[in-house]
Amino acid sequence: MASVFRARRQVVRATVVRRSALPIAVGLLLTGACAHSTPSAMAGDGASPKVSMSATAPNPDPRVGLKAGLMDAQEAVWNLHVLSRTQPSPKFMGITNSDLAFTGPYAIQGSYAGYQVWDISNPSHPALKTAYYCPASQSDVSVYKNLLFVSGEGLTGRIDCGGEGVKDTVSKERLRGLRIFDISDISNPKNVGNVQTCRGSHTHTALVDPKDPDNVYIYISGSSRVRSPNELPGCSSADPNEDPNSALFRIEVIKVPLAHPEQAAIVSSPRIFNDLTKPARHGESEVDKAESAKEVAEAKAKGGFTATIFGEEQVLPSRFVKPMLDSAVKARGGTGEPTAADSAAVRAAIPGMIAKMIGPPPANPNAGPTQCHDITVYPEIGLAGGACEGYGLLLDISDPAHPKRLDAASDSNFSYWHSATFNNDGTKVLFSDEWGGGGQTKCRATDKHEWGADALFTIDNDKLKFQSYYKMPAPQTKFENCVAHNGSLVPIPGRDVMIQSWYQGGLSVFDWTDVAHPKEIAFFDRGPVDSTRMASGGSWSVYWYNGVMVSSEISRGLDVVELTPSAFISQNEIDAAKSVKWDYLNVQGQRKIVWPPSFALSGAYLDQLERSHGLAADKIAAARAALKSAEKASGSARSTALTQLASQIDADASGSSDGAKVQKLSESVKALAAGE
Amino acid sequence: MSSVTRTISALLGACALAACGGHTGANEGAAAPTPASAQGEAAAIAKARADSIRYPYTAADVHFMQGMIGHHSQAIAMASWAPSHGASASVQRLAERIINAQQDEIATMQQWLTDRRQTVPEAKAGPMKMMMNGKEQEMLMPGMLTAEQMHELDLARGPGFDRLFLADMIQHHKGAVSMVQDLFGTYGAAQDELTFKFASDVNVDQTTEIARMERMLTAFSLEHRAQ
Repeated sequence: MASVFRARRQVVRATVVRRSALPIAVGLLLTGACAHSTPSAMAGDGASPKVSMSATAPNPDPRVGLKAGLMDAQEAVWNLHVLSRTQPSPKFMGITNSDLAFTGPYAIQGSYAGYQVWDISNPSHPALKTAYYCPASQSDVSVYKNLLFVSGEGLTGRIDCGGEGVKDTVSKERLRGLRIFDISDISNPKNVGNVQTCRGSHTHTALVDPKDPDNVYIYISGSSRVRSPNELPGCSSADPNEDPNSALFRIEVIKVPLAHPEQAAIVSSPRIFNDLTKPARHGESEVDKAESAKEVAEAKAKGGFTATIFGEEQVLPSRFVKPMLDSAVKARGGTGEPTAADSAAVRAAIPGMIAKMIGPPPANPNAGPTQCHDITVYPEIGLAGGACEGYGLLLDISDPAHPKRLDAASDSNFSYWHSATFNNDGTKVLFSDEWGGGGQTKCRATDKHEWGADALFTIDNDKLKFQSYYKMPAPQTKFENCVAHNGSLVPIPGRDVMIQSWYQGGLSVFDWTDVAHPKEIAFFDRGPVDSTRMASGGSWSVYWYNGVMVSSEISRGLDVVELTPSAFISQNEIDAAKSVKWDYLNVQGQRKIVWPPSFALSGAYLDQLERSHGLAADKIAAARAALKSAEKASGSARSTALTQLASQIDADASGSSDGAKVQKLSESVKALAAGE
Repeated sequence: MSSVTRTISALLGACALAACGGHTGANEGAAAPTPASAQGEAAAIAKARADSIRYPYTAADVHFMQGMIGHHSQAIAMASWAPSHGASASVQRLAERIINAQQDEIATMQQWLTDRRQTVPEAKAGPMKMMMNGKEQEMLMPGMLTAEQMHELDLARGPGFDRLFLADMIQHHKGAVSMVQDLFGTYGAAQDELTFKFASDVNVDQTTEIARMERMLTAFSLEHRAQ
């Protein structure tokens, strides 16, 4: 079945130019696209995908105006190649696909019907290995060694994996929490344990503690309704001040003994939200602050009235000030226009007047989040990013069972902090805002750039500092649910590149190395699922795994894409990215990317220096030639050539405007010389 | 207000005992489509499955959607006053976001009701017409402002508007959250995937916004008391 679809969809393919991706090659790329003939059986259906490859973002944006269709929507692709589009297995057709985890050659795709395991050894032909029927929303999946973890949140999830739902408000048949499967035989998963939790599990995060090889820890996130204590003893939705065991304002940590997963249990419920009082402030840029200060200064210069409200000095409207001026005139028994003395009196009275108007502080000043939506742990740097209702949290996870809050960010442009992604160095973190929960259309031309977007922060001394917003830039129709969603780093060495799902806004690849100016460099998008109404669909998550990017499409199945070289990403950079191999991956358990030495890696750094003019052109050309000749040589001749090259690079470093990159280049060449 | 809340809850509970329609879950695997017409069949299967997989929805689900349309409409009416009533920049941004979010959610609820051939209330801010003991009565959903409260808010200006808007919207949002809690606490309710997801989204979005507004009020109060 799937092969038929592949054949009909790949009717147009871009020519890939090997080993020549720098600006010189752009002309080739622009003219290199060629259309293959459309298979006759499919001719005339008007569903040919649009393919564009260019050095600059295509204009007009080909994502605008794509034809709708569930399985035959028109497509727009830029700097990516779609390797495969695979429909769900029959039993999973028409049911929401959710998140992804990877182990060995397999992609495990969650679904509200259970999960499907795809063998992606050949990413052009994913093969279904297992379709495990066990309905639950959202079936968020993680994998570690022989264990698979699946989240259940909805009211209909059943312990027996039945599909009939659970009608009773209190029932012993209901499963809300974490299911644990032994996948030693991945064709026959065995449900070896369940951990029920008070609020179910919307998402979860597997934390592998480098210091604890016998256990894996699972952080449970989810802000759904607290269960009745009659259904799960001990569950309480009372204010924690009244009931210290309240399931609100805490996360749950489950410890899973690897040798005895059936003994998995909650070991702690850290209250990481206590005493959060900072009001939601827009993460203002310096430009915004200057603009706002200018407005206030101008108003003051004209004799206007200002007051500090929510920490911002603001201009008071005349309809608020005028009655005060009038009463000042009246108070001294005068008539007509207010005098300077009247104005001064009003100015002095304004703070008190405002204090009187706004009354006493509310009773519950410490209201913080009651749960997280998702937590991304990065054990190698000892940090986690918690996306928790109205806050983005930076957590210290050096003690896995007792995470501690280091800092919290809030932003009045953010509705619902959804997930976090660190850059590989751990010096930056990106938080997404799933405004409207993913079912709403937040990418229309009328929706602001900073709403339903990503907020990018630098991490400095364990503090978050706002830098910019990123949002997939192509306006979508009112029939396409679209907002920031799940993504992962793309392991381009020496740069921060990420691919991210935007539901029906498609896949967007962007570079956030310059954290104040993130820039889109590739995309893949389809037209709406339905041309007449909002129908849920689009990419739930897209993650890089062993050379390809796998996307879980809510209604269309599994897509696999790969990067094609462009002015933004060279073939060397792609090859270096593909050299990074993992045995498993849960994206919310972020792993440090380490690039093995390769000619592509050194070439990638050279390409970056050429792009940034970080090294003189003649020195780059000489280094390229030396690298090429060393690649042709072998044994000690190669090693000697590489050592010489490294010395030359070190000598060139002093004249470079990007010493750090030259240093990386030198290190990569030395590692090659050492035959590491 | 609280007596109205109780009445509505009781009403919803009573309605929930009578399922309004839908089908039980169809869990059997469909036959694989033949390659020759795979495209059309796949789409047809997907659509049929999306329809048939729905767990039966109840009167409580329908009333939740119908009631929340009026509830959201009032929030939009309140928020639309922010620019003309001299609200601060922070409150104006909040109000603009409330309008955007709740307009979209009204469209979602109207679509849900249309798909199930249920009465689709128009998006107006007033009380909802409901049948009570065979008589049609006008009722406010939980948290909704009375006509007097709306009038009072409409008269406020500048910081006075900010203060009242935040307090009123907290009351309003808390009502929406209680509607979700009532729904989830009703036999057979929110089994439908869309209803569960939508109600859960309303719950978390508005709970988050309540916390945000409470922090704004606190900051507002402390700041001005200090001066």
